[in-house]
Amino acid sequence: MLKDITIGQYFPGDTLIHKLDPRVKILTSILFIVALFFVKDFYPYIFIFLFIVAVVKTAKLPVKFILKGLKPLMFIIIITFVINLLFTKGEVLFSLGPISITKEGISQSVFMALRLILLIVGTSLLTLTTSPIALTDGIESLLSPFRKIGLPSHELAMMMTIALRFIPTLLEETDKIMKAQMARGADFESGNILNRAKSLVPLLVPLFINAFRRADELATAMEARCYRGGEGRTRLNELKFDRKDTTVLLSMVLFFGFIMSTRYW
Amino acid sequence: MKNDIMINIENVSYEYKSYVDDSIQLAVKDLSLQIRRGEFLAILGHNGSGKSTLAKMMNGMILPTRGEVYVNGINTRDEDKIWDIRSKAGMVFQNPDNQIVATIVEEDVAFGPENLGIPPKEIRKRVDDSLEAVGMSEYKKHAPHLLSGGQKQRVAIAGILAMEPDCIIFDEPTAMLDPSGRKEVMETITKLNKEKNKTIVLITHFMDEAVLADRVMVLNEGENVLMGTPREIFSQVEKLKELGLDVPQVTELAYELRKEGFDIRKDCITIEELVESL
Repeated sequence: MLKDITIGQYFPGDTLIHKLDPRVKILTSILFIVALFFVKDFYPYIFIFLFIVAVVKTAKLPVKFILKGLKPLMFIIIITFVINLLFTKGEVLFSLGPISITKEGISQSVFMALRLILLIVGTSLLTLTTSPIALTDGIESLLSPFRKIGLPSHELAMMMTIALRFIPTLLEETDKIMKAQMARGADFESGNILNRAKSLVPLLVPLFINAFRRADELATAMEARCYRGGEGRTRLNELKFDRKDTTVLLSMVLFFGFIMSTRYW
Repeated sequence: MKNDIMINIENVSYEYKSYVDDSIQLAVKDLSLQIRRGEFLAILGHNGSGKSTLAKMMNGMILPTRGEVYVNGINTRDEDKIWDIRSKAGMVFQNPDNQIVATIVEEDVAFGPENLGIPPKEIRKRVDDSLEAVGMSEYKKHAPHLLSGGQKQRVAIAGILAMEPDCIIFDEPTAMLDPSGRKEVMETITKLNKEKNKTIVLITHFMDEAVLADRVMVLNEGENVLMGTPREIFSQVEKLKELGLDVPQVTELAYELRKEGFDIRKDCITIEELVESL
């Protein structure tokens, strides 16, 4: 049952978007977020919405997949909507006791909810079209200039890779320990929250001990394979920034520059 | 001819402090051993016989308390050359899960050469060759956690092979595998020895695996108690039993039959030999 959890929601494909350099996609996502917060009118949303549709179509992503990503965050979206609706001051349309709905409130709440939805969908496009490995490579490369001020970019990326590598292994192990404890009468499913949390102790203790043992063995194996940090290391698949990447990045800068400029019209 | 010796172990001892009572324990006692280039050596011994400690000294993972270890003529105490030693004497461990680093098979195989700073084109070639050598080429884009134990261990072997070592030390590589996984891995190991001419040191407690070696060393409490060809070793059934070790099934059968008065060769180690002498 635990095996069904997928981490990162990569949707494999062979489209232009999938093949873009991960750095272009990360930078575009950052531009996207910044631009989204610059917007103060409704109409630039149309451009952003069209941009998202264009990416989804090019990358051949199923719309259902994207909407599914919105579901866990629906609660936050609704709360934002309600708070903005109730607490924005302005021209009162109608009131019910202490609660009054204003014209500005309606427009503000719709605006904020839309902003959140676009933010979630837009940023999920990055993880949907970029494999975790490409993503870590991209992050490492983008952070490498900060190495001079002491940021361990290679180590961060290596940690992410190892974490990704061991997620399925540890899930499998959790499953195994759970079954072993259940076979000996452990009960993980009934009782109130406190009891359930308590019943997790016999699961977590062996899991942690095993994780530490694994870490120790992995470190030994890595040393036996001559690992000595990022210095002087080469890569099998080096990131290549070609013309297509430059073109896309430049058009993205122009596009989001335009979106940001709408604020000052 | 110094160059014929891949690993030279000279009067090595290894001491460690017991966790229980702080007393000094000896894992390896004044042991000397020469491993020749291209040889397939099996080291046998039950748990606590010091065989893993000995293995870890062969590529400088740990340094001996007394005595010296030379790999390719380089002393393992030479800190500047430790990476030369580790790339020439690769090591495969028991648990395949805990030695695979990356989330894709080929990325993992590339890990060693990447650490050595090999140019990408050359890494690509080595990765492809190594995966070919262990018969895992078709899985190169797979996620390691979806492979079987035997396949994972072969990926781990490919990862070592990609560093192009002269010698590979296997520390109980089949201990966590099922019988078919064990067979896969043993076939790969013999193939590397015969076809790629790699020096193999195989640490194991499976007698059937030791039969495949050129030479067998039996360790007991850190001391070399028996050394010789598998035939010489396994014909000493009583001695092995005294040390708490088993003999291969075939040898056991031949031994029991001889005891019952059948006239069978004393040194049968394969099924064919036993059939023939029957």
